[in-house]
Amino acid sequence: MNLPSNAAQPNLENSPFFEGALQEKLVLPKCKKCEFVIWFPREICPECGSQNVDWFEASGTGSIYSFTITRRIPGSWSKATPFVLAYVELDEGPRVMTNIVDCDLTQIRIGDRVEKVFEEAVDRDGENGPPLLRFRPTKS
Amino acid sequence: MSIRGKAFIAGAYEHPERHLPNRTLPQIHADVAIGALEDAGLTTSDVDAYYSAGDAPGFGALSMVDYLGLDCHYVNDTETGGSSYLVHAQHAATAIAAGHIDVALITLAGKPRTGGASPGGSGRVGDAPEAPFESQWGMSVPGGYALAAQRHMHEFGTTSEQLAAIKVAASSHAQHNPHAFLQDLVTVEEVLESPMISDPLHRLDCCVITDGGGAMVIVSEAVASNLSRHCIPVLGTGSYVKSTQSGRIDLTHTGALRSGPIAFAEAEVSPAEIDYVSIYDSFTITVLITLEDLGFCERGQAGRFVADGALLAPHGQLPFNTDGGGLCNNHPANRGGMTKVIEAVRQLRFEANPEVQVPDCEIALAHGTGGSLATRSASSTMILGRSL
Repeated sequence: MNLPSNAAQPNLENSPFFEGALQEKLVLPKCKKCEFVIWFPREICPECGSQNVDWFEASGTGSIYSFTITRRIPGSWSKATPFVLAYVELDEGPRVMTNIVDCDLTQIRIGDRVEKVFEEAVDRDGENGPPLLRFRPTKS
Repeated sequence: MSIRGKAFIAGAYEHPERHLPNRTLPQIHADVAIGALEDAGLTTSDVDAYYSAGDAPGFGALSMVDYLGLDCHYVNDTETGGSSYLVHAQHAATAIAAGHIDVALITLAGKPRTGGASPGGSGRVGDAPEAPFESQWGMSVPGGYALAAQRHMHEFGTTSEQLAAIKVAASSHAQHNPHAFLQDLVTVEEVLESPMISDPLHRLDCCVITDGGGAMVIVSEAVASNLSRHCIPVLGTGSYVKSTQSGRIDLTHTGALRSGPIAFAEAEVSPAEIDYVSIYDSFTITVLITLEDLGFCERGQAGRFVADGALLAPHGQLPFNTDGGGLCNNHPANRGGMTKVIEAVRQLRFEANPEVQVPDCEIALAHGTGGSLATRSASSTMILGRSL
């Protein structure tokens, strides 16, 4: 079962992330002053307060920091249960909220290695929007 | 400037109903406002400060001051979700200590059962800067807290049985509360056998969804000294906003790690001196982590602490939520902060249900957690005394 895929609405500040997503690249902001890798994408560094940021392509790999298998939920997601909501810790440091897909629900564990997979998403008008950043177990 | 002993809770009132199809939201605010003022021996004409949060309709405090017919020179609409009412109490106590106001009214009301709201939802997130990165993944309210529970289990070996013990303790208290939404005693097995909502949280790990509300009236010493009601001194308060920690969120603690020590220092008491606690219980995991954060047990040890019966009133090591809490009694408007303070006041006045009244209750702590443990949350701690 595919998960609901509602495209995010980019804005002036976070558009490099979504332009990267269109090319299936994980593009993150990094502070020019203190080199902190910023999450969630925005043009201010939460560590030093600088508004001077650069964007770079991250590896797209990481490990599961925490996860839950959601079995009951109201609304459009109810048809997609059970599904995995997770925090993935990217190898660059940030912990990002996401879904784990293409996985065996009985085998998933904290610490599992995962890799990015960009999934097609549509906006409110039914048009294709920037794809969604999800993760799947790394093929070993 | 310390606020210790400068402000007093003179009135505290919990709406007795849990299902209110025939009351409007402003009416429920009014029901609880009048209830708390009558409890104090005051009227709406005595109020000079009003506090409301996101549950207030329309223009918030502006709409409600007008609706209630108040005459206020001080209003505050601080919105931190379910902890808002403890934050309001802190702000009111501060304003009273500074001599700006004498009678503060704080109200909470909601109709999540009969008002058409979605379960658990109460935040304004549409234009939030984080929304494009958090709204796409099917995060439910229980799902977010499940992320915290799963990580706590991973790091410390906490078990579902231990989480269930928190619900069992709440239900053992709720059976003595004739107003409680759920009044049946449940067992650990019944919690574990209830439907899984979001692993590892079962349905009975989640709080109830109720219509209703509550209110409190906080007054200056000058006002308190003229009231016949037993007024409860505010000994200390502390609040803290825990963010997503620059995108490196640690799910195994809450902002209570910071709000607690501030409140204890101001109150000049230690965790060992607390006779009763009202701990925010949106989910069992919320209680478990908060107990560690507030220093009632070592980090990672709360599972053992609760499984040993520490939370059971009246004779456990740390009796908690003797009204049945949000897990069994009431979680009006999907916000549990107000009822936490109200039950602490009942304990200090020796007016809790007799079966769960903590003997010689001299110092109580009430704690609220608003927002989501999975992302950003606001913790607020208040320490109250039977007397100064």
